[in-house]
Amino acid sequence: MTEEYQTVTIRVNGEDVTKSIPVRTHLVDFLRNELGYTGSHLGCEHGICGACSVRVDGVVVRGCLTLAVQCEGADVLTIEGLSDSGEIADLQDKFVERNAMQCGFCTPGMLMTAAELLSHKQAMSRDEIREFMSGNFCRCTGYHAIVDAIESINNSRLKG
Amino acid sequence: MSFIHPYDRPNSYVGRTLSRTRAKRAVAGRGRYTDDITPPRTLHAAFVRSPYAHAKILSIDTASAKAAPGVRLVMTGAELKDMCSGPWVGTLTVFEGMKAEPQYPMAVDRACWHGEAVVMVVADSRALAEDAAELVEVQYEELPVVINKDTALDPSSPVIHPNLGDNKAWEKSAVMGDVDKAMAEADHVLEQTFYFGRHTAVSLEPRVLLAEYDPGTERLVIHTSSQCPHMIETVFARTLGIPEHNVRIVAPDVGGSFGLKIHTFGDEVATTAASMKLGRPVKFVADRLESFVSDIHARENRVRAKIGFTKEGKLTAVDFDVLGGAGAYSQYPRTSVFEANQIMNITFGPYKHEHFRSKATVVYLNAVPTSQYRAVGHPIGISVGEFMMDWAAEVTGLDPFEIRRMNVMEDDGYPRNIGTGIPMKDLSHQACLEKLHKIMDYPALRAEQAELRKKGIYRGIGIAGFIKGTAPGPEGYYGAGGARIAAQDATTVKLEPSGGVIVCLGVTDQGQGVDTVMEQIAATAIGCKIEQVRAISGDTDAVPYGGGTYASRATAIGGEATYQAALDLKREILDMAGKLLQTTADKLDIVNGVVVDAATGAERIPLSEIGRIGHFQLGELPRGYQPVLSHTRRFRLEGLPYIFTNGIHGAYVEVDVDTGWIKHLKHWVVEDCGRIINPQLADEQVRGGCVQGLGGAFYEHCIYDENGQLQNGTMADYITPMMSEMPDIVVDHVQTPTSESELGAKGAGESGTGAAPGVVMNAVNDAIRPLTKGRVTEQPMTPEVVLKALGKV
Repeated sequence: MTEEYQTVTIRVNGEDVTKSIPVRTHLVDFLRNELGYTGSHLGCEHGICGACSVRVDGVVVRGCLTLAVQCEGADVLTIEGLSDSGEIADLQDKFVERNAMQCGFCTPGMLMTAAELLSHKQAMSRDEIREFMSGNFCRCTGYHAIVDAIESINNSRLKG
Repeated sequence: MSFIHPYDRPNSYVGRTLSRTRAKRAVAGRGRYTDDITPPRTLHAAFVRSPYAHAKILSIDTASAKAAPGVRLVMTGAELKDMCSGPWVGTLTVFEGMKAEPQYPMAVDRACWHGEAVVMVVADSRALAEDAAELVEVQYEELPVVINKDTALDPSSPVIHPNLGDNKAWEKSAVMGDVDKAMAEADHVLEQTFYFGRHTAVSLEPRVLLAEYDPGTERLVIHTSSQCPHMIETVFARTLGIPEHNVRIVAPDVGGSFGLKIHTFGDEVATTAASMKLGRPVKFVADRLESFVSDIHARENRVRAKIGFTKEGKLTAVDFDVLGGAGAYSQYPRTSVFEANQIMNITFGPYKHEHFRSKATVVYLNAVPTSQYRAVGHPIGISVGEFMMDWAAEVTGLDPFEIRRMNVMEDDGYPRNIGTGIPMKDLSHQACLEKLHKIMDYPALRAEQAELRKKGIYRGIGIAGFIKGTAPGPEGYYGAGGARIAAQDATTVKLEPSGGVIVCLGVTDQGQGVDTVMEQIAATAIGCKIEQVRAISGDTDAVPYGGGTYASRATAIGGEATYQAALDLKREILDMAGKLLQTTADKLDIVNGVVVDAATGAERIPLSEIGRIGHFQLGELPRGYQPVLSHTRRFRLEGLPYIFTNGIHGAYVEVDVDTGWIKHLKHWVVEDCGRIINPQLADEQVRGGCVQGLGGAFYEHCIYDENGQLQNGTMADYITPMMSEMPDIVVDHVQTPTSESELGAKGAGESGTGAAPGVVMNAVNDAIRPLTKGRVTEQPMTPEVVLKALGKV
């Protein structure tokens, strides 16, 4: 069996990177193993848990179900880039203050999806927040603190 | 020295919410988990696993795999056996009469469960290793499968391990008083059988291990996602014949543990053996599909319970037997019988026992080995006991609160033994009960329930009291049982030249906030600023030998060791300051990291000066006076198998009586974990624990078919709770410090998990009570189970 390679150019966290990679490499393996962006995590590799959530061309996707070669020319943002941009600094501070994470393994994905929620700039009830965030699993917190943190920042931004 | 009250000193961080330092890096995506570490020349392991639940291995052909691109090693179970000092035998001497089949890290000539590792392939990448694993040809001959615990002891049942004679792993019984007589004299006797499904931990970060054997120094360094670095250091060293002092275990950030990661697994030993053989780093990350068939499973019990009580509602007799379905082997070294043993101990635990009988039997099945998972045995025992108490309330016409008021051990009635002879002390069932009644606004909730029933909306209210065994002592299971697992723990507290304080912990942190809690304890004891203190954990080269974190023990055991070590350091600092300042220690104190005059508070010398002089300028000290500035303390629970905590949950659910769907509306917990160090972290332990318990109550179930094939080994099919399914959880506390330590902490990590399943089962039954005599007695409470109770399917 011969491994098939393809050269891809992807903009990752604002920088263009060009790599020759096995075509079967999924996006998170590419980010973690080729580029060292270890903030994106693999919890199930079958699209359920949400720990691998990254932003591709402005939309949050499952990084484990996306092949890196599909992202040719795309703009990919990981938790590292999202952090550096300051876009959700308030939410990150609130997560810390409210202890809205324990082991932290789900947290980057959770924040990616929460950033998308905040970007909608809509008032949301706790139930609506829970519904929106349901594609991201957390096994530690019981979710209550995560809802608290997102609700608090969504409300404060709307009052803004 | 008595405990420093949280509120009467400037640097009292005990009882205060402080944020975790690890949290700040987690939100930036800068956590460092084992799979984030890849040294140069790292290879990757993948495993060929048995597709059968029970099969003889006739032949293994590895030639094609060995020739595949990037492959560096292919190892069979038989080859790995030759590298092992001997098999694992998962028994403890405290479990009298227990039988266990010797087990090697991978199947040698027979596979005993679907998913047991048979062949390891090590290659340049995980993908290449998996490619090659597909080329390994194993010829099997299927053997009869034992998968049903109810029939596993029938004379006609096949026997998994012929050397053991039958499928029984262990059996135990306990008696207090005269149960038969009390049952005969009781006004009412109720009897019920319960079934609890098999669960698994589903830590979001799977098991992962990176082994680096250096043939030059003959040192083995393992980075792994572990709760118990020293325990696994011992297991790896002894299994692979390496001197233990040549092994270093590092647990970096751990992505969820829940008891799963106190264990050592065969595929991890194989990965380590590969590193030894190749002299290169080898990494193994369990993918989610192999997690389901190789991580320990838990629960899977049948319980038959019978109670006798007076017409007034006083519980007079308790009789129950537990049947546990273990896996194909007893998990080494902690065994697979703790669950059943713990159910024996804690069922009906909140209540006064006079006539008590319990029995436990554990049988082997051709399934994944079972062992400790968060709140071992408690979800089952509490569900059973609290169901029976609610039923007795119904029969006697009492409110569920009232029957518990009547039967709980009184808060001033300790010490008092439970039925298995274990002493209870420092508990607060009465205070917790009254507090729950208040915070639920129970009368209003009952009124709302009645009102909604008129509209055809069926809501149920449940309550469930509990005891929780925490912080096991060395005279109990592990030490006395013969396992090399530390039930004591140790902390070293050191003053650095800069005046900073380093706290080296035998216990570990998987996100609970153990490091932060220990920093709070040390800063409080010394009298310095929290910023001056840094905790180090999870590295056996850096910390004193400890047991790690399990059984809600980190703060209870490790916290006391930290507190005492920090007080020792404070005493030395004051002694040394006395020498430098030509006074005596008793006239000095430490406030904000500065030695002060105890009487006036006047600043005399900062810790940075003590550190500088103590490490560098020793000439300023009297001749013959040698500072140490590093103190280690160990702490163990003496004379008791556990510290016990207690508490009570409340739940409010709505049942769709046409579909069987349950909506969990609200959850309350009042619990007593003793002295609380960090209120927010304690609350979040309880909340997270609740949802873990609720997952098992509503959804989670490892489903095997009659051939021992796991049917739902994906996260799409084995359902863990999502955010939208879970309610808000109100947490409150009663604080009764344990009298076993000065710090008084008891442990909070499992109080949510233990009672959450029981309280929602009671709430569901309360919801459907007007419609049916049927009851939900099975978990998970799927819609089908609910509809069965309603008589609709």
